[in-house]
Amino acid sequence: MAIATTLGYDDLPGLLTRLTGDEKHDRSSFSTLDVLWVLYDRVLGEEDRFLLSKGHGPTAFYAVLAAKGIVPIDALDGFGAFDSPLGYHPDRMLAPGVELSSGSLGHGLGVAVGAALTGRRVWCLVGDGELDEGSNWEAVQYAGRVGLSSLTAIVVDNDSSEHGWPEGIERRFSLEGWIAERVDGRDHQALEAALLPDPAGAGPRCVVAELETR
Amino acid sequence: MTGMRERFYEVARKALDDDDRIAVVTAQIGADAIGEHPRHFDVGIREQLMIGVAAGLALEGYRPVAHSYTPFLVERPWEFLKLDLGHNDLGAVLVSTGASYDAARSGRTHQAPEDVALVAALPGWTIHVPGHAAELETLLRQSLSGDDRVYIRMSDEENHARVDGGGFTVLRHGSPGAPLVVAVGPTLRPVLEASAGRDVGVAYLATVRPFPREAFRDALADGTDVVLVEPYQAGTSAAEVAVALRDRPHRLLALGVPNAEFRHYGTGEEHRAAHGLDAAGITGSLDGFLGAG
Repeated sequence: MAIATTLGYDDLPGLLTRLTGDEKHDRSSFSTLDVLWVLYDRVLGEEDRFLLSKGHGPTAFYAVLAAKGIVPIDALDGFGAFDSPLGYHPDRMLAPGVELSSGSLGHGLGVAVGAALTGRRVWCLVGDGELDEGSNWEAVQYAGRVGLSSLTAIVVDNDSSEHGWPEGIERRFSLEGWIAERVDGRDHQALEAALLPDPAGAGPRCVVAELETR
Repeated sequence: MTGMRERFYEVARKALDDDDRIAVVTAQIGADAIGEHPRHFDVGIREQLMIGVAAGLALEGYRPVAHSYTPFLVERPWEFLKLDLGHNDLGAVLVSTGASYDAARSGRTHQAPEDVALVAALPGWTIHVPGHAAELETLLRQSLSGDDRVYIRMSDEENHARVDGGGFTVLRHGSPGAPLVVAVGPTLRPVLEASAGRDVGVAYLATVRPFPREAFRDALADGTDVVLVEPYQAGTSAAEVAVALRDRPHRLLALGVPNAEFRHYGTGEEHRAAHGLDAAGITGSLDGFLGAG
């Protein structure tokens, strides 16, 4: 849920430094950074829900939430500390703006299906490695069969699945009845076009955001 | 008179019609009995998704009910109970059918006497073990109006009549200092038979979590001996008894289904007898325990 912008995309490296303590940040070390920025900057509306299923490495998520004024910037300094609201895996009961506690892979998409069944527009981000978990496919199959048009799954694909996805992940979603496309995971315009709600209301939709191989 | 399972379907169907907050999620089992409804979601044979969907519905303000056969509702998606519901602090009512050895003939894959211990291992769950369809209806209606995490274990076994009062109910007092037999859910029937003519108190409990520690302490009064009879894994509530009586010397006999691979088919009656949970078995255990006192 986007609140009035306080900082911009160029401020993200500084916010990431506050989180990690590292002076220099190559954005390629944050696979989800651009997708998250586009979602919070250009896509999500007040009534929309975003569920980060891939809770591993949430620093980019926290940085985007901080840039948008949702997470207090001061909170970034204590990342992972005993009393910090920001841990190595997000806890929705602790971190402002976090709508799903995640970290164990393969949980978010199922919850997203439940929320989307009520008509809520839901975006859920998973990783290509995360899709190794079989529980994802229970959600993919069901959402496809019932034509759950309010759901968009974003797959951040940095080729980190142990045994790979021959012929591409999007093919698997397509077979299950999803509208799937692959876009450059660093191209903000392409991401925006793919992620904005479809006026035709078709779906569910899968956007594979292709990134540098891990 | 309908059994618990049919009563559950009746109440759930009615609740779907009467209360816009209620949603029911099934994974094929029970889907036909619930029937078509815009807020009944049958996800097919996908139990992890069943719990995830329940959590998503709760996130949107609904009161989800998830229902399946016990091992598929509790054991297979257990981490989803822990995280999707518990860690996210989302509520749901989980209602199982097929208790402990109800499906004796179906073998081990369809038996989950570990269910209550598994749910009790997670923080914040209320666990109901009704002993009668009328109790199930009361507990279910009460659960539907809340927003917490509830597990309701239905069983084919039932007591002769409902026990009124709710909570921890003392049905019979022994002489001062006499042992207290605590019957959980459908074990009351054989417990009443086994304890007849013996100097023991008998109490009934259908809500085992949170365990009513204070009421239990009060009921035991000056007694030192406790016999706990649970229709699922033996000793599931033994630690609760130990905590409730932490400052009192006491003895505890915890009866239930043994924690063992029990490779037999047959009937529930045969399993109950083999586990010493029929009246004869409980009588024998009781006399042995009292004689050794």
